[in-house]
Amino acid sequence: MAEDSETKKVFDAEAAASLMKELRGTYASGKTRSYEWRVAQLKNLMKIVDDHEKDILDAIRADLSKPEQESYIAEISIIKSSCTRALGELNRWMKPEKVKTSITTFPSSAEIVSEPLGVVLIIGAWNFPLLLALDPAIGAIAAGNAVVLKPSELCPATSSLIAKLVGKYLDSSCIKVVEGAVAETSALLEQKWDKIFFTGSGRVGRIVMAAAAKHLTPVALELGGKCPVVVDSDINLPVAIRRIAGGKWASNNGQACIAPDYIITTKDFAPKLIDALKHELEAWYGKDPLESKDLAHIVNSNHFARLAKLLDDDKVSGKIIHGGQRDKANLKFAPTILLDVPEDSLVMNEEIFGPLLPILTVDKLEDSFDMITSRGKPLAAYLFTNNKKLKEKFVKTVSAGGLVINDTVLHFAEKTLPFGGVGESGMGSYHGKFSYEAFSHRKSVLYRGFAGDASARYPPYSDRKLKLLKALLSGSVVGVILALIGWS
Amino acid sequence: MAEIENLEPDLEELRESYRSGKTKEASWRKSQLKGLLTLLKEQEKDIFKALEQDLGKHYAESYRDEVGTLTKSVNLALSSLKDWMSSRKAKLPIAAFPSTAEVFPEPLGLVLIISSWNFPFGLSLEPVIGAIAAGNSVVLKPSELAPASSSLLAKTIPTYLDKKAVKVIEGGAAVGEHLLRCKWDKIFFTGNVRVGRIVMTAAANHLTPVTLELGGKCPAIFDSFSSSWDKEMVIKRVLGGKFGACAGQACIAIDYILVQEGFAPTLLELLRNMTKKMFGENPRETKSMARIINKQHFLRLKNILDDPSVQSCIVHGGGVDEDNLFIEPTILMNPPLKASIMTDEIFGPLLPIITLKKIEDSIEFINSRPKALAIYVFTKNETLKRRIISETSSGSVTFNDAIIQYAADTIPFGGVGESGFGRYHGKFSFDTFTHEKAILRRSLLTEFWFRFPPWNDFKLALTKSAYSFDYFGFLLVLMGLKKNS
Repeated sequence: MAEDSETKKVFDAEAAASLMKELRGTYASGKTRSYEWRVAQLKNLMKIVDDHEKDILDAIRADLSKPEQESYIAEISIIKSSCTRALGELNRWMKPEKVKTSITTFPSSAEIVSEPLGVVLIIGAWNFPLLLALDPAIGAIAAGNAVVLKPSELCPATSSLIAKLVGKYLDSSCIKVVEGAVAETSALLEQKWDKIFFTGSGRVGRIVMAAAAKHLTPVALELGGKCPVVVDSDINLPVAIRRIAGGKWASNNGQACIAPDYIITTKDFAPKLIDALKHELEAWYGKDPLESKDLAHIVNSNHFARLAKLLDDDKVSGKIIHGGQRDKANLKFAPTILLDVPEDSLVMNEEIFGPLLPILTVDKLEDSFDMITSRGKPLAAYLFTNNKKLKEKFVKTVSAGGLVINDTVLHFAEKTLPFGGVGESGMGSYHGKFSYEAFSHRKSVLYRGFAGDASARYPPYSDRKLKLLKALLSGSVVGVILALIGWS
Repeated sequence: MAEIENLEPDLEELRESYRSGKTKEASWRKSQLKGLLTLLKEQEKDIFKALEQDLGKHYAESYRDEVGTLTKSVNLALSSLKDWMSSRKAKLPIAAFPSTAEVFPEPLGLVLIISSWNFPFGLSLEPVIGAIAAGNSVVLKPSELAPASSSLLAKTIPTYLDKKAVKVIEGGAAVGEHLLRCKWDKIFFTGNVRVGRIVMTAAANHLTPVTLELGGKCPAIFDSFSSSWDKEMVIKRVLGGKFGACAGQACIAIDYILVQEGFAPTLLELLRNMTKKMFGENPRETKSMARIINKQHFLRLKNILDDPSVQSCIVHGGGVDEDNLFIEPTILMNPPLKASIMTDEIFGPLLPIITLKKIEDSIEFINSRPKALAIYVFTKNETLKRRIISETSSGSVTFNDAIIQYAADTIPFGGVGESGFGRYHGKFSFDTFTHEKAILRRSLLTEFWFRFPPWNDFKLALTKSAYSFDYFGFLLVLMGLKKNS
């Protein structure tokens, strides 16, 4: 529905209530339940991305000045592959899962039936504005829910494009986009949703969960954290450097929840690592990175000021060993490397979400593992090594949403792995089948027969009944037979 | 009762136990589970005594619903532990070769389990089994409304389990509030909706994930049956699912019955006869039905019955004994739908029968009310069964029985909507206290160099083919035979 910008209606509590009423009505009609409806929506979603690739790339560039290839890889291609997978697997996902039953409930059969939760709210983030709104929506739609999308207001061009395209291509009686900022989001959060899926910061995550608590609404929170990269000396350095640099600066210039936040390496290896990094950065972005077209901008002046403050911190300004150039007017910030900043500096105590890369040096790498978890569990943790023992210790002791050995960020693209956080980095997971499950209720169904029944279950109770119950519950067939024989 | 000031050192000790890594060891988990098994065996008589004291439960009921199911669950956890603890491999596309991916189950850390008074051992220890099997440190806060049970748990757990990693903290609302202000890695709560909200709101401060096992009005849809044998068995199951389940004080007890109006008189007759058989002509003398937990709940139920518009609907029972906190098995016919007996969860031995014109109307009746923890359907009609599954929503659905789904460990036990979220039992208990950590292992030997800047059209074309698993297209681009469109 096109709105004239002058007469744009305010989306307030009343509007939210009426939106919810409408969606509950359409959901109750059963429209979103059919396989055909879900497939049609997913196919149309695919069309949005296929037919409007240029518009999407233009909008993202307008909002974030992100290089086209980054937008293509990180947003368009992932949505396409999510849709393809959902379309290919939907039949299987929708089938009830038969499960075995034991003698305790004999005779019986059981299955687990997936059903949609109902009317769900998806709140997207600004750093991957298309992906983080539509990727969860794919799961919600595949699972048969009615959906409200609230894309990030920090990306106005993309938000408005999403509203336009979703309104045009998808069934607007069941899938709606609400644009807006704090006021509109608060109005939405007052409603009773069957699930809220939120991507963003821990601060807002707490607000979302507290609002959900009023209605006992289950939530999935995809938050962030300081994702560490531990680098050993026995590795193929050129390959590792490219992967680290790619995960950091080719991911929205460090503004990504799974971007490497800081590096930990040994004192001995640090010089070699730093040299290789500097080399690669120059090869990628030239001598003056602020002139490069391949580097995304900082999203807005607030975040720019935040990053500048991290660098201007007294404890840190003397530790810059590469980069540091910035252009406030154009929100450009060069890849910046810092060496051995103090552990109590600002830059080591909040998620950087930008192109600053602190390198901390230690004597032994294993000593760093405890340091990592003491900072709050991050969304991802990375290790570069060929040492098998070190890999195993890392896997066993470092708790994070996900781990990658010898690469960064890539696990995001693997649809067979659940993607989500733990502790401060969030709760719940998605991607692939996990997206479908995130928006489903898996209902237990137990079918009982009439063939036999232990009167032992019922009053009036007695010692003899107790014996039979013991046998039944321990699953001992012999025990059951003996008790029954002794019974009759 | 725990002194509130003393909690912090206890919690620090528990966190330290977790940090030391000992709770992650399979040997520790096994020893704790075995400890639980021994506790259940050796303390059986005392458990029965505590339940009799708190709730007037007969030991057969206590065994059936608590000790027995717990024993079964511990044995399952012991025999499955190795399997549950192992990583699960995830399939990767060919393009990802030679990477490997897996999901590694790791414990969450320090978890808080708050249980309810109606099955004080079952609802305390069933989640504890999952938490321990998953390798966590645990604080259990049993309900203060069942004091004998709470006290027995507080006494025995430190004796049979590792007291530095598993603690029982007794107390009421004040202790509960204090515990909720602390930072947990997970909170597992069984109880009512009001407190559930408080728990989740407190958890939001620390971004703590929660499982809420709440309640609701669980309906039993009663279709007509022909064979007399079927009828008897089914009636037993209905009554067992109401009066036989802690006198109806169970989250999955049958709350009310829906029946087609023509069949209602027959049903009522069957119910009354079987009730007499199960509980005797003078139910106050029966030892086979539990008492009401306390005066407050007793008066709540008495008030429901005292409402004149409800009292006139009593067709069986209705007698109350305030001194002994006993309410007779009571059946009502069509009490007003606006009365609290039909708007609030009953949680007591009052069984309303609501008649409908057609049994299929039960679907609309149920859907116009909040989602329940369980829906029961007594029928042989396959169409009705399918319709209930697809047209209603509830934690679970059980056909031709009630409550027994609690004892099944291959199906998840949990709610949806107002009846809660999250689930447990069997492996689901293990999963609910586990973080499934995704692990991707890559080789440093091969690389898709087109993944990185500086960007150009050629790289973009390769990326498009690779990401859509278009291997042939990929080759074409590589050979210069296909361009980025």
